[in-house]
Amino acid sequence: MELTVSIYKRLPHYDLDVSFRVEGETLGLLGSSGSGKSMTLRCIAGMQTPNRGMIVMNNRTLYDSQRKINVPSRQRKVGFLFQNYALFPHLTVAENIAYGLNKLPRFVAQQRVREQLHAMQLIGLEDRYPHQLSGGQQQRVALARALVTEPDLLLLDEPFSALDTHLRSELEKQLIHTLSRYRGLTLFVSHNLEEAYRVCQKLVVLDQGKIIAAGDKQRIFDHPETLAVAQLTGCKNCSTLQRLNTYTLRAVDWHCTLQTIEPITHLHAYVGIRAHHISFFTTADDQPNTFPAWVVWTSETPHRMTIYLKLGTPPVNADDYHLQAEVFKEKWDQLKDRPMPWLVHLNPARLHLLQG
Amino acid sequence: MIWEPLLLSLRVTLVAGVLIFTLGLGLGIFLARTHFPGQIFVSTVLNLPLVLPPSVVGYFLLMVLGRGSPIKEWLGIDVLFTWQAAAIASTVVALPLMVESTRAAIAGVNPEWEDAARTLGSTEWELLVRITIPIAYRGILAGFGLSVARGLGEFGATLMVAGSIPGRTQTLPLAIYDAVQMQRYGLANAMVMVTTTIAFLLLWWVRHMETQHPQSQRRQPV
Repeated sequence: MELTVSIYKRLPHYDLDVSFRVEGETLGLLGSSGSGKSMTLRCIAGMQTPNRGMIVMNNRTLYDSQRKINVPSRQRKVGFLFQNYALFPHLTVAENIAYGLNKLPRFVAQQRVREQLHAMQLIGLEDRYPHQLSGGQQQRVALARALVTEPDLLLLDEPFSALDTHLRSELEKQLIHTLSRYRGLTLFVSHNLEEAYRVCQKLVVLDQGKIIAAGDKQRIFDHPETLAVAQLTGCKNCSTLQRLNTYTLRAVDWHCTLQTIEPITHLHAYVGIRAHHISFFTTADDQPNTFPAWVVWTSETPHRMTIYLKLGTPPVNADDYHLQAEVFKEKWDQLKDRPMPWLVHLNPARLHLLQG
Repeated sequence: MIWEPLLLSLRVTLVAGVLIFTLGLGLGIFLARTHFPGQIFVSTVLNLPLVLPPSVVGYFLLMVLGRGSPIKEWLGIDVLFTWQAAAIASTVVALPLMVESTRAAIAGVNPEWEDAARTLGSTEWELLVRITIPIAYRGILAGFGLSVARGLGEFGATLMVAGSIPGRTQTLPLAIYDAVQMQRYGLANAMVMVTTTIAFLLLWWVRHMETQHPQSQRRQPV
C-alpha cells in the first residue's frame, strides 16, 4: 500500500505545492485553517483538479498532468469522510451505507451493510434518518458508508471538528480502532495537533500551501525546525534571537541571555520553549538560564494552570509578559505562595532553535 | 357551455404542463450546475415573459410561428389558431416560474452530497437521479405547480396566437371574457368559480410543498 502525491495548484491567496509519500501507516496533514490541507485531500479524491503534478496509488495513476490522466472521483476507490459527514438527508442510515453498493447483487450488498452496522455499533438505527442521529452516530454512519465500498484510500477531513469535546475522545478511540482493522491507507486532516498526534504515526505540516515539516510525529514535536512548525505544534513561547556565540544567544523579546546545548547557526532566527518545559527553582545554584520573574496573571483549566511571566522587572500591566508556563495544579499549590520574584529556569536542553 | 372551455383548458394545460416540466427541469438544472459566459443574458431572456405584456409575448410568438417564419415556411407546420398554439403560449409564459424554482432548488443542494456520491462510484447522471433531484424535489414540484397555475390562467398571448374560437381555441379565461362581453353573467360566474377554485387548490398545494418539510428533508445540523 503506497500513495505518492506531488501536486501544484494555484489558489486565490497562495499556491498549493506539496509532495509526499505514504506507505502503510496513517499520515496526518496538520495545518491551520486555510493552509491547503483540505484542498490537498480534495485533489486526491478528484473533487478538485491540480494545475500540474501527479497522484499515484499502488502503481495506479489517478492523476498525471503530463500524461493527461485524470481519473474521475467515482473510479478512484477513495473513501471520503467530510467534516460535516455529508450524509444523504433523504436516505436512511442503511440506505446511506448501501449507496455505493448498488452494482452488487442485492443480498451481497445487504450482507455488507449488516457487517458495517455491526462493526460501527449502529444496529437498531438502520431505519433512522441522518437528522435523527447524534453527531457521533452521524460520524459512524459516514465512516461506515466510506468503508463499505472497501476503498484503497480513506481520506478524513477534520472528522472531529463538528463534535462536542466530550464526544471527541470516545470517537477518537473508536476511529483509531476502526483504522487499525482497515487495510488501506489513511490520510487524516486536522488543525488540532494533539488529535493528529494521537491518530497518526507520521505527520506532514502545511503552512500557506507548502510543506514545512514532514516525518515521524515524535521527531517533529521534539525538534521543530522552523518557527511555523513550533507554533503549529503548540509551542507558546517564541522570541527572535541574536547570536552572541556558538552556544550563547540573546532572546530579544524576553530581554535575557540564554545558553544552549545545540550550536547556534546563522540560520537560526528564533528561540522557543514549550510552556510545560519551563521550570521553577527555589535557589539559583549557578544554574544557567535562571532568571528572576514576576507572575503577571494566571489562567486556570481543570487540571493545569497557565502562568504568564515577566522576566527581570515587575510588570506594569496585564499585557506586560514574556513567557507562558504551564504547570499541574499540584505544582501550582506549591508555587503560589512563594514571594516574588520567582526563579524561572529555561532548561538549555529544552530550547528549540528555529529558522524563520 | 362551461364544459367545452373547461375541457379545452385542461387539455391545453396538460400539454403545456408536460412541456413546462421537461423544459423547465432541464433548463433549471443546466443553469444551476453550469457556468458559461452570457449566462446572465440567457436567464434574463428566459425571465422576460414574466414581465412583458402578454401582447408582446404573443407578438413574438406570431413572428416565430406565423407567416414568414422558418417553422411555417420551411417545415410547413402551421399551428396558429389551434389549441396547440394555446399550449405553446401557456408554456412560454409560465416557463420562467418553473426554471427559476428548479434552479433555486437545485442550487440549494449541498455540493458535498454530490461529491460524496461521486466518491461512492456515482456517475453524474446517477447522482442527479439518486441525490440531487430527490433532495430538491419539493422546490421543483412547487415551481411546477406555480407554472401550471399560471399557464391555466394565460389570456393575452393565447388570444394573439390562438384566437378565441369557441370549441376550438377558446380556453376558460377567454370564454369568461366572452361571456362578460355578451352579458351572460351566470355563465361567467360559474367559470370564474371553477377557475378560482382550481387556481386556489394549485397554490395551496404549492404552499404545502414549500413549507412542510418532512423530517428526512431537513439539512443536517452543522
